[in-house]
Amino acid sequence: MKPPAAIGALGLAAMPIRSAVPAWHARAEAAQLRELCVSVAAKGGRLAALWGADERDLGEGFALHLALIVDDLLFWLTVPLPAEAPVFPDLADVFPAAGRMQRAIRDLLGVRATAADQRPWLRHAAWPEDVFPLREDFGLENWYGAAVEQYPFVAVAGDGVHEIPVGPVHAGIIEPGHFRFSVVGEKVLRLEERLGYTHKAVDKLFAGRAVAAGAELAGRISGDSTVAYAWAYAMAVEGATGVEPPSRAIWLRALALERERIANHLGDLGYLGNDGGLAFGLAQFMRLKEDVLRLNAELLGHRYMMDYVIPGGVERNIGRHGCDELAEQSERLAREVRVLKDVYDDHAGLQDRFLACGMLAPALARKLGVVGLAGRASGQPFDARVVPGFAPYDRLGVELHLQTTGDVAARVAVRFAELAESLRLVQTIAGDLAPGQIATPLKTAGGRARGIGWVEGWRGEVVIALECDRGLIRRCHAHDPSWQNWPALEHAVIGNIVPDFPLINKSFNLSYSGHDL
Amino acid sequence: MLKLLKQIAVTGIKTEAAPRPDASLRLVEQRLRDEILALFAGSLAIRHVDAGSCNGCELEIHMLTNPYYNVEALGIRFVASPRHADMLLVTGPVARNMETALRRTYDAVPDPKLVVAVGDCGCTGGVFGESYASCGRVANVIPVDVAVPGCPPTPTALLQGILAAITATG
Repeated sequence: MKPPAAIGALGLAAMPIRSAVPAWHARAEAAQLRELCVSVAAKGGRLAALWGADERDLGEGFALHLALIVDDLLFWLTVPLPAEAPVFPDLADVFPAAGRMQRAIRDLLGVRATAADQRPWLRHAAWPEDVFPLREDFGLENWYGAAVEQYPFVAVAGDGVHEIPVGPVHAGIIEPGHFRFSVVGEKVLRLEERLGYTHKAVDKLFAGRAVAAGAELAGRISGDSTVAYAWAYAMAVEGATGVEPPSRAIWLRALALERERIANHLGDLGYLGNDGGLAFGLAQFMRLKEDVLRLNAELLGHRYMMDYVIPGGVERNIGRHGCDELAEQSERLAREVRVLKDVYDDHAGLQDRFLACGMLAPALARKLGVVGLAGRASGQPFDARVVPGFAPYDRLGVELHLQTTGDVAARVAVRFAELAESLRLVQTIAGDLAPGQIATPLKTAGGRARGIGWVEGWRGEVVIALECDRGLIRRCHAHDPSWQNWPALEHAVIGNIVPDFPLINKSFNLSYSGHDL
Repeated sequence: MLKLLKQIAVTGIKTEAAPRPDASLRLVEQRLRDEILALFAGSLAIRHVDAGSCNGCELEIHMLTNPYYNVEALGIRFVASPRHADMLLVTGPVARNMETALRRTYDAVPDPKLVVAVGDCGCTGGVFGESYASCGRVANVIPVDVAVPGCPPTPTALLQGILAAITATG
């Protein structure tokens, strides 16, 4: 099979990867890597994920893996690195999001980029610098006493500059992370994030599991995106093992994914109102979100639909009556949200907080590779449901909603538009659901294989790369869109006042757990 | 403004009756005297700590404050500092990167204090267990009074656990 032109032009021997999304794989030498990345970036391509693997048991040293989006295809590139000197060229100037991923690879695997920033990222003080937990010869059960880390933050100097350290335990009900603000008076000169607090060995825990058993873990990488992760994982397993989920299951997955988007957007719109000083918004939107969760529990067996998507299909069916209830709820929510949107739009105090706050200009968003809803609020037209449009979205026809102002107001507007679109999609699916099976049994055996999942969750694209052998996971890497978007938050907050940070942060609403793995 | 007021009137009051405390969620006997419990029962200040969860439990803790559960009407409120808190509500397996922060937060809560561990991970370590990166259940790091299982526990289950922690045993 001949690769598409954009991949063929790179001059590598590329092979198709069996997947629900168009995906190709190739190997390249470390010496070619920078040139390849520059060429991909020059043609408008981007880096979706970067991870490493220990292949020494196969006599192949280490491997660096890249998931690139090239001309709307997923291109998985593998770069072998020698066991004795696993070093690869720095990619952070080509793809800025690569910087932290490179540091994470070094912390977990001891494979290093030739980058200036060699500070640890996921490693704090829980394991020593010369211990690499993702290596084959490291036992998961090893552990070292707790120590306190002295992390070298970048210092800002000058007349009247001072620092505000925030976290890891935050003032609200949110995940842990540290924010170091350098401020003059109220104005933020610089924000530096320190993440990794919730690192809990996800990649290591995948290794050695049966592929079917990996789904439970995949669904708990970032709880608010459990459907997106479970689907991306299922997609990877199905591709790797050659299993085709039934059509009805794929439609039910889309139903669950849109219900997840609806629930999260409702919650965020409530909290954005609240952080802007309108508690009314929180009470109203959280009431609607609770209605969604209750119907999820009734029809899909779980308020957040955890473990609903399984490799091969979905876990339970929905009857005619259930479909009617879903359609009815979508219609009611759409009506109620329109009323609340009017209240938000007309509220001068709220709009004053939203407009021109936390700006991320499209050109900067493009350079940083910002994805998902934050990207779309800054003019980045990426939505995997639209392009490549994996099934059943190719049939559903999702409308892409873009804003270009890149402020909190834009991220609010994208949420309102996508909420309405998801409510429409749920209504369509509930009305058009064709009869049929809801799962295909998984095949147990099979040799070495790879699979890839690429799903547009409510926050952005979730990518899961899987390598398995005889039904067991060799390496599974899960990538959260927050990797791309956390650095963008540092930029968006510059020049704003400290009290606007909670609002700006909420408007991005990034995952700590999904990022920390 | 008229639209806002109309929406409040149309919505009406959604709050449902609170569940009964569930004493079976206790890990240890009630340590606090009845006089103190009587004080907590009317005004309980909770500091939430995510010690490494997947953020699923946080979603449900947030839902406690929605109009259906309306925990503020029960005198329960979430506070911004452990120094203002009577109770820690701790989620997650305790990530080793969060171990020190959790201990410090616990120490910062004035006595008498209560700890409720939340979720399957908080109760047992859950799917993450114990490893180079995870200390496992919350009770491995700080003393726990009540543990509420679930992945994530529903707001009703959370409330049953929180109420059990401030109710006299027997």
